[in-house]
Amino acid sequence: MSERPFAITLEVGSSRANHTGSWRSERPEYVRRMPPCNAACPAGEDIQGWLYEAEAGGGGYHSAWRALVAVNPLPAVMGHVCFHPCEEACNRLALDEAVGINAVERFLGEEAIRRGWEPPSPAQPSGRRVLVVGSGPAGLSAAWQLALRGHHVTLRERSKQPGGMMRYGIPAYRLPRRTLDAEIERITALGVQIECGQRVGSLAYALQEGAFDAAFLALGADVAHHIDIPGATAARVIDAVAFLHATAEGQAPVLGRRVVVYGGGDTALDAARTAARLGHGAGSLPAPQPLAGAPGAQEDPGGEAPPAPQEPVVVYRRTAERMPAHPQELAEAREEGISFRWLSTIAAARGERLVLERMRLDEQGMPQPTGELEELPADCVILALGEEPDLTPLQGLDGVIGEDGRVAVNEAMMTARPGLFAGGDLIAQERNVAVAVGHGRRAARSIDAYLRGFAMPGEEAPEPVAFADLNPWYFTDAPRQVAPKLARIRRQSTFEEVVLTLAEDSALYEARRCFSCGSCFSCDNCYGVCPDDAVLKPGPDGSPYAIDLDYCKGCGMCAAECPCGAIAMVPEQT
Amino acid sequence: MSAAADRSPQAERRDEGLRFYQTGTFAVGGRLLAEHQRTVQSQPRRPSSLTKGHRACQGCGEALGARYALDAALRAAGGRLIAANATGCLEVFSSPYPESSWQLPWIHSLFANAPAVASGIAAALRAKGREDVRVVGQGGDGGTVDIGLACLSGMFERHDDVLYICYDNQAYMNTGVQRSAATPPGARTATTEPLGGHPGNDFGQGKSAPLIALAHEIPYVATATVAELHDLEAKVARAMEIRGPRYLHLLVPCPLGWGSEPSETILIARLAKESGLFPVFEAIDGAIHAVAKIRRQVPVREYLRRQRRYAHLFADGGREDVIDRLQAAADRNIVRFGLLEGSAPLAGDLLGAPAPGELDDLSGAQAP
Repeated sequence: MSERPFAITLEVGSSRANHTGSWRSERPEYVRRMPPCNAACPAGEDIQGWLYEAEAGGGGYHSAWRALVAVNPLPAVMGHVCFHPCEEACNRLALDEAVGINAVERFLGEEAIRRGWEPPSPAQPSGRRVLVVGSGPAGLSAAWQLALRGHHVTLRERSKQPGGMMRYGIPAYRLPRRTLDAEIERITALGVQIECGQRVGSLAYALQEGAFDAAFLALGADVAHHIDIPGATAARVIDAVAFLHATAEGQAPVLGRRVVVYGGGDTALDAARTAARLGHGAGSLPAPQPLAGAPGAQEDPGGEAPPAPQEPVVVYRRTAERMPAHPQELAEAREEGISFRWLSTIAAARGERLVLERMRLDEQGMPQPTGELEELPADCVILALGEEPDLTPLQGLDGVIGEDGRVAVNEAMMTARPGLFAGGDLIAQERNVAVAVGHGRRAARSIDAYLRGFAMPGEEAPEPVAFADLNPWYFTDAPRQVAPKLARIRRQSTFEEVVLTLAEDSALYEARRCFSCGSCFSCDNCYGVCPDDAVLKPGPDGSPYAIDLDYCKGCGMCAAECPCGAIAMVPEQT
Repeated sequence: MSAAADRSPQAERRDEGLRFYQTGTFAVGGRLLAEHQRTVQSQPRRPSSLTKGHRACQGCGEALGARYALDAALRAAGGRLIAANATGCLEVFSSPYPESSWQLPWIHSLFANAPAVASGIAAALRAKGREDVRVVGQGGDGGTVDIGLACLSGMFERHDDVLYICYDNQAYMNTGVQRSAATPPGARTATTEPLGGHPGNDFGQGKSAPLIALAHEIPYVATATVAELHDLEAKVARAMEIRGPRYLHLLVPCPLGWGSEPSETILIARLAKESGLFPVFEAIDGAIHAVAKIRRQVPVREYLRRQRRYAHLFADGGREDVIDRLQAAADRNIVRFGLLEGSAPLAGDLLGAPAPGELDDLSGAQAP
């Protein structure tokens, strides 16, 4: 027994002997929740994850890029052409403006090309052989994922060069070919064997002849819908897919001076904007003349300059609001002087003029004819009325083509024939690069499971984090860095990129605007605000924090003050 | 005065070129911050001067505020700090015999005498030539604003070298939520209930301890809340650079006495400041030097409705007249202290304190 002063009966002790954790009815738990950007990304990217890496700047860009290409082998391409549904879902919209995710992705993709960053190392060879048909984004994405998982991939492409619609559909002003080439080169560097100029006439034969263990079909959709325009000669009508394909191959057809594009999708706008850029090169044609007496639905393009007479006219049967084209592309087309005839269909051709019929929208928003006719001078009509897949390679495969004439797949992207998977424009409702990349990745995961005899993974869809789940006090208002746009006048006659890559400091600024919805970003708030000193930093196992449950009273302050909703209060089991 | 008032700690950090829009400006720490930009509370080996196992209620603002303030003072004092504590919640929940939660030399004597005990410690240290050891006196609003005010005033006027910190939770919470002179008008306590059938403290009573301290023209007076850690730590650090009497008045919401959610303690403190009801300012030598500007202004209603001590203002048709009077009080603070961005405190309004320019005119003359 130790010596104690007079009248002192107990040794001095620490309150640490008093385990206040027994007061608790709820305990805080660190969680990872689905950020809305990730939930909205058709390619399945972990956007919050790679933005977190990029926030560090410097070496963080490389780790961000590696996180990016673990999911998507085409970040620079996607940075150019994706319509970024992630940004529409971004919680930051409720504070100021969405994080410029697309611009940061593009910066990282271009940075990787500039610095020659190496692809990740593939897994041990599995000895399995997979055939991928079509080298568009879906095929390339699947090939990349399969090669990373150690499978031998043969990629067959009908055209002279790989890339599919990225090369032959998307105009160069939206996607520079050096960017596309660099990212495809990286895929071949991983060991993917790309065979161009190899049309697969019969898939059944190709599978048997090549002794493939599985196949992924990414045939795309490039057979244009056609309509007959009474009175039009075939020479003056061209479909948009063929026009863009020929332009991409450097064999742009002579269209004449007054070009009319018929349709309202992204392809229609791509065709119109491409024709506008070619217009200046058609020097053999007479000088432009005004569209005299153009009646009615001619719309004011707005902006500082009126449309030059030679700019293409887009004829669409519904209105701008109901146009399937992406609003950003519509805005850029308008800036470039493309004009529009809304609520119009082409009824006939008469000499050098088209006869348009005015439409009106019924209660369902469907266009109905009015019988009112008007004329529009035109040297050429580009039809952009949608595309269908060419299914002839699938002849002889039972059940792969459904009763509706389409290729049907299950949740694992597999067709009715075991081992045969499909994705991309071939099956998609919404046809774009991001959806195709997502299809390729999901199919590759399923193919990998199929080849290894595992259950094929389904896609989980957890509830994304809402703005109300965050504590926005901790985020400062900061305007978004918008990638500088080429001056309109410079854009008209060239195929230079319209949206430029963010400078490094702007990209860093943009990445740091991310709220990190649902994922801890190590801000120390929980550690700081606990009145009971019951948060540990660092936590065990390298995690940033842990709750000291011996002392946590369950007040919930850490959860309430977590900026990003990464702490949940869970009832204690009594 | 306006130029000086803009030099809030937040403004200074902006000037440093911090552009961490995800975090860093308002959060406790952040992996992207340089070491010197991090708070004491973000350090993995912070002192935790009030350690775990104490018996404060869930979500106690006072326990949080005491750790915030004393950890910052400990850092400023190089770990050589003695605390004298008044009777109150903070003393009771931290030191049930024989346990102590304190990780620094700490003494409790009586309810009324914490400032005098602190003065005595400072005098003893001076006598021993130990001026490297610093002294903090601390107590709740009861021990400071009511019971210990005479001792505090004496500590101020004798110019004793003590930082006194008042943890203001606006009533006697430890004994069952009785009214103090810091209880705001309209708030219900156990001893305001019977008043005229209208539960809630009367208007026109109570006193402002920070303004009383300001009237002593001591070197440093500041207010702060547990909702703005960067601001609080900066003020403690600045106070510790100064010798002589210093006063820090810290608003610490009390979930028990205020009837608020334990998880909302920081939110409530934030709303007290953002509504203008609790002005956060800093005064040097008797003159306001800086105010923390309102960042996202809210009506007082947003602050009041989260607390059951104001529930009678919203029940049975509500008491719009009382809410309006509280809003008017907040609006008066906003004008008087210049709480909105771009505004300045009313020169001369606060106790007739001269503005810095006026001080120059008085050079050579002895201030009254």
